Amino acid sequence: MAQAIKKRLSDDKKTLVFLSPTLIILLMFFIIPMVLTIYFSFTNLALTGSQAKNLEFIGFDNFTKMMRDPGLINSISKTIIFVFFSSILGQCLLGFLIAFMLKGKSALVKRVVGTSVIAAWVTPEIVVAFCWVIFLGDGGTLNLLLGKLLDISPIAFLFKYPMVSVVVANIWRGTAFSMMAFQTALDDVPVSVEEAAIIDGASRWKVTSKIIIPMVKGTFTTNLMLVTLQTLGVFTLIYTMTGGGPGNATMTLPVYMYQQAFVSYQLGYGTAISLVILFLGAICSVAYIKLLKVKI
Amino acid sequence: MNWKFGRKLVTMGMVSLSLVGVIATSGVGLISAQEKVQIEIAWRGTGESDNIKRYLEEFKEEFEAENSDIEIVLAPITASEGDYFSKLGLMMQSSETAPDIISEDTFILNANANAGYLLNLDEYVSSWEDWGQFIENIKNGVIGEDGSVYAVPTTTDSRGIWYNKEVFASVGLPEDWQPTSWDEIYEAAEIIKEQATDVTPFAMNVARVNGEATSMQTFGMLLYGTGETLYEDEKWNVNGEGIVKSLQFIDEIMNQRQLGPSLSVALNSTYGSVIMQDQLPNGKVGMVLDGSWNIGNYTEGAVAELEDPEAVLGFALFPTDEGQEPGTVTMAGGWSWAIAQNSENHEEAWRVIQAMSTKESQARRAVLEGTLTVRNDSGEDEAYTQKPFIDSATAALENAYFRPKNDLYPNVSIAIQEAVESVATGTATPEEAAENYKRAVIEIVGEDNTY
Repeated sequence: MAQAIKKRLSDDKKTLVFLSPTLIILLMFFIIPMVLTIYFSFTNLALTGSQAKNLEFIGFDNFTKMMRDPGLINSISKTIIFVFFSSILGQCLLGFLIAFMLKGKSALVKRVVGTSVIAAWVTPEIVVAFCWVIFLGDGGTLNLLLGKLLDISPIAFLFKYPMVSVVVANIWRGTAFSMMAFQTALDDVPVSVEEAAIIDGASRWKVTSKIIIPMVKGTFTTNLMLVTLQTLGVFTLIYTMTGGGPGNATMTLPVYMYQQAFVSYQLGYGTAISLVILFLGAICSVAYIKLLKVKI
Repeated sequence: MNWKFGRKLVTMGMVSLSLVGVIATSGVGLISAQEKVQIEIAWRGTGESDNIKRYLEEFKEEFEAENSDIEIVLAPITASEGDYFSKLGLMMQSSETAPDIISEDTFILNANANAGYLLNLDEYVSSWEDWGQFIENIKNGVIGEDGSVYAVPTTTDSRGIWYNKEVFASVGLPEDWQPTSWDEIYEAAEIIKEQATDVTPFAMNVARVNGEATSMQTFGMLLYGTGETLYEDEKWNVNGEGIVKSLQFIDEIMNQRQLGPSLSVALNSTYGSVIMQDQLPNGKVGMVLDGSWNIGNYTEGAVAELEDPEAVLGFALFPTDEGQEPGTVTMAGGWSWAIAQNSENHEEAWRVIQAMSTKESQARRAVLEGTLTVRNDSGEDEAYTQKPFIDSATAALENAYFRPKNDLYPNVSIAIQEAVESVATGTATPEEAAENYKRAVIEIVGEDNTY
């Protein structure tokens, strides 16, 4: 008995030793910066000016400032719109549709469609952003096509329809993730169940809605959560395409946070806003989990 | 047993090899650094057509020939105006990233001095005889809130309305155009719109991404043109009629009368170079409210070289809104060389700055860059006085206004840019934008400091 315990302890020690490099890296690059961020959100840290020299602890001032800040309310609403349309409606739904339609098709079709969708996903965000800027620009591909085919004069998409542009660009970029998740989930649905339902006389639509969709509900929730959290943090795409504008039409929370921290030199306020993003993410996650529990 | 030992050996060998490698490379770095002191100069780079780069490359050659113990490292920061200052703020915080010499815009000098980023130069300038040659007015710009000198001025500039003489001639406007009120600007623009349909009548900086250019070249000029100021007797102007009037001018040009450039040009970070280096000299825009330093685009060897700049372009002074005294206004800015507090080579950096600030070097920089010189004696240099547009640019300085000497100005400047952009994009009416500006400024400076 003593021997077994002794062995177990030395096993644990070994585990600790082997895990220590990872733990140290996690601590240095993840946990400590997070704690510092939370700390700084209670100070008036600034990039320049006399505040930069004398760091003061100002308690909840940053947070009360947020309540008075119309720019922040606008950012929150823009973020909700962006997340809803590009991740919930866009990526999740589209990913599911593509995965569903690819089910049972030939290997060639699967490969072509799969590769092109994934190619968009693995491209670096800044490259994607530039591609879309060129595509939607005044002399860009879309306007050229519209001019040639429908004889429409150039539309400044990035200025007239900024939110639509970034939403579409983000859907284009991120759908692959949802598609792959759903492909796996759909493959897991046993063929026998489907066949049994069809033999019993269920229509195609009934099979899909009553059998297949409930079986992938778990994936649906997980995927929704992941995609939402990813989309909450989208910065490069929006900043490159519209810079948050025109005006503040696409000023989502990450872009607003950048503006406050690095353009207005208010690092303390910027970190406070980053906590709002965290908070929003937490709310969404809790909401999704509750949804799953309720449905089951 | 043997295999286990072999593995241990290999692991130890690899660890020691990498350690040696790390030491060796850092050792090499140490050795070479002891030979020459490296002085890093940072400024806002503008890509290939960088006039300051040309000036510095010439300077570097001469200086290194005469001073064998110093090596000058040119480290431009290529960024938009706004990003340049943020990046500098981040770099100056640690001695590992801080450049030695920084090109410092006088508008943010106060804020950076208060943040402890800049070296106090009082001792250095007091024993420097050349300091007496610098224009008194300009020296004001490099003195911090505590009365100490934090930088050596390098350039100053004025602003006015650039116009294309060929476009003017084609629509019957005079070659020596000088408007005396804002109405005359509207008139000229309407004529161009009517008769030269492919030409944008009037352009100005309206985007947040253009940073200080929007605050100074556009809003500053307009506000001071109405006779009001941004900051007086230590209080900030938030209720003035002039604010609304200035925003109305922007609204008229961009939205109501459609006399301005399209938003895809105006809101782009490349607005400055597109308008001044391409559209203006090529007659695609009629009038541009911008700075006198743009001369530097059209001189010999420059990016948009014109054989006879004064034949193609004109530089008119900016009028007051209804022609009231003093008739014309300009904002005057200025750049300077500062030494970072966190630089490790204060003495050597000072020597480099001294060499860059001699009468000849000063004049040469002004000639290359198209800016106005800050030394009394350089102003008499022949090559300088013969530069195109120097007369009008210097004349504009007669009614020059400087930016508020308050270290919160950079933050207020952001509020200005937001107000201007919201009006230009049609997101807010001039009245709404003025309200937002008022609220933003009160948030920044506190209600007691406003009027």
